[in-house]
Amino acid sequence: MKTVVLMGNPNVGKSGIFSRLTGTRVITSNYAGTTVDVSRGKMRLPDGPAAVIDAPGTYSLTPTNPAEEVAAEILGEADVVVNVVDSTNLERNLYLTLETLERGVPAAVALNLWDEAGHQGITIDVAGLERLLGVPVVPTVGLSGQGIRELVERLGEARPSATIQPMSEEERWVAVGRITGEVQTIAHRHPTLADRLSEASIRPTSGLFIALAVIAAAFLAVRWIGEGLISYVFEPLFDLYTPIAMRASDLLGPGILHEILIGHLIDGEIDYVQSMGLLTTGLFVPFAMILPYIVAFYLVLSILEDTGYLPRLATLADTFFHRLGMHGYGIIPVFLGFGCNVPGALATRVLETKKQRFIAATLMSLAIPCMAQIAMVFGVLGPFGLHYVVMVFVTLALVYVGAGLILNRVVPGECPEIFLEIPPYRAPDLRATATKTWMRVRGFLGEAIPYLFLGILLVNLLYSVGFLDLLAAAFAPVIEAWLGLPAGAAVALLVGFLRKDLAVGMLVPLGMSPEQLVIAVTMLTIYFPCVATFVVLLRELGARGMLAAAGVMVTTALLVGGALRVILIGF
Amino acid sequence: MITMEKTLLDLEPGMQGTIARFIGNPGFVRKLRTIGIREGKNLTVVTRHPLGGPVVIEVDGREVTLGRGMAVRVVVDVAA
Ligand SMILES: Nc1nc2c(ncn2[C@@H]2O[C@H](COP(=O)(O)OP(=O)(O)OP(=O)(O)O)[C@@H](O)[C@H]2O)c(=O)[nH]1
Ligand SMILES: [Mg+2]
Repeated sequence: MKTVVLMGNPNVGKSGIFSRLTGTRVITSNYAGTTVDVSRGKMRLPDGPAAVIDAPGTYSLTPTNPAEEVAAEILGEADVVVNVVDSTNLERNLYLTLETLERGVPAAVALNLWDEAGHQGITIDVAGLERLLGVPVVPTVGLSGQGIRELVERLGEARPSATIQPMSEEERWVAVGRITGEVQTIAHRHPTLADRLSEASIRPTSGLFIALAVIAAAFLAVRWIGEGLISYVFEPLFDLYTPIAMRASDLLGPGILHEILIGHLIDGEIDYVQSMGLLTTGLFVPFAMILPYIVAFYLVLSILEDTGYLPRLATLADTFFHRLGMHGYGIIPVFLGFGCNVPGALATRVLETKKQRFIAATLMSLAIPCMAQIAMVFGVLGPFGLHYVVMVFVTLALVYVGAGLILNRVVPGECPEIFLEIPPYRAPDLRATATKTWMRVRGFLGEAIPYLFLGILLVNLLYSVGFLDLLAAAFAPVIEAWLGLPAGAAVALLVGFLRKDLAVGMLVPLGMSPEQLVIAVTMLTIYFPCVATFVVLLRELGARGMLAAAGVMVTTALLVGGALRVILIGF
Repeated sequence: MITMEKTLLDLEPGMQGTIARFIGNPGFVRKLRTIGIREGKNLTVVTRHPLGGPVVIEVDGREVTLGRGMAVRVVVDVAA
């Protein structure tokens, strides 16, 4: 079977075309570095089925970060290359096109973003370009699917270029200029509203105001949408469900099965947070407490990603992030990490050096709780007063900054400066936004529900054999004496390795004061990542890097936990 | 027209210039060129962030953010 590889500069629409070719949905966003790993799919070529690989974007075949390394490596697997080119920026894109064609691999060129080129008054002589490059050239619009069918048909004609021969770097630049001059005409265009908005959002003062407004609006939107979904959709659904669950409880009668499915009744009633049964807590926590906020968060994140705002925010935040040993693009792992730490950890690949990636990954694990955990923190701590929730997040923000300042000094290695393309502002496409949100929500359901069930089952089993009491006793010195928490909190911390959202829920039956809850919830964020994140971090940082990161996490947890205890509870 | 050479970092926001050459190794030069910052191109400085922050320029209708350590190694011809 043939392998088709999608190659091109960052943010030119490769992943969009991949989805069109294969029917396999992958994440697309309006910033460079959305795809940091390969995705594989299948398509039908005129002469049979083929494997398709979506590679990260790269400016040249000489990589400058791990995402680009992946791209340069994957080219070796290609029987056919589809070189995706940004029609609004032909000149810059042609360098990689020539480099690829010089390899002598059969190729075709997709002139993507053809619609935008039209709007900007850019015309490209497609036949002329095809003649000069010696491979099929097809205008496409990845967003609407225009030109995709022709692209597939013409892939059959893909062959090594007869006109492009290996050349030196300087010769290549000359060729890029010559080809662009021959095929492209640009009509003069006046600055648009989007251009003005772009400049305003990137200048220090106006940019800061816009950033504060955007972040506040994003935060309010997540809360508003999340609460709306809970009170108008999910709580009414569970009100309907409760009588059914109670019936089941009566039918089962007391016994082990009741313990596992329904859990323990509190004052004869099901308590959806505390009962700890698969069919009570196991359903209520993911669906009624977390899912609404996951939906809300990913909706808002999609809009931030697809408008192209994030690279502008990265520019504004650069000075600050530089002090923490990263550069402005370090906000990408932070934003993704708030959804789920796993994509957040992967996104550290947009940073160039090991030092930057180590710091970005470690700080995210320390101080960025995922949305599932945040939802539970609001659910558990919110009823005591919003200021307790604020305490948790202020502490975590201080940890992020403090640990960053220190790590920047002690971690050896280089911190290259920011170097970033700002994409044009685009109006998010409604369908694309909905699809992306749904993909991520489905990801949450697929991962979270099995782990939550497993966690609840495990807790029930380990309790019944007495293991958890043993564990609580073993860790009592740290948990009780140092952190000022009941010994049972050790169990929650252990479960936190499986699912942090569930662990937050497990703190409720311990009957702690709100101050103790603040400490426990903060510890739960800092002390260690969940197992899913851990696996990715281990791969990204290596065993030694992970060990060092874990050392930082445990030390920070103990220091911060001890300090919080003294401040909030006293000795 | 009389021109003089300045580094990109010396240009105030709003100023324009023509990229003359780069000071740095081939890897650095390639990085700039492949993102669209090339000799002979006209650029406009969009903004320069305070406290050692980055410079944002516009070339060919595209904005690019780059750190000051890079900006100082981009030599630009400006109208005197
Ligand atoms: N108007 C328009 N927008 C497009 C087109 N193709 C892609 N886009 C948008 O361009 C942005 C980038 O698309 P992606 O598919 O994520 O680009 P990519 O090349 O995979 O990017 P990286 O993975 O970061 O290298 C997204 O916001 C898309 O919705 C197109 O033909 N027309
Ligand atoms: Mg992509």
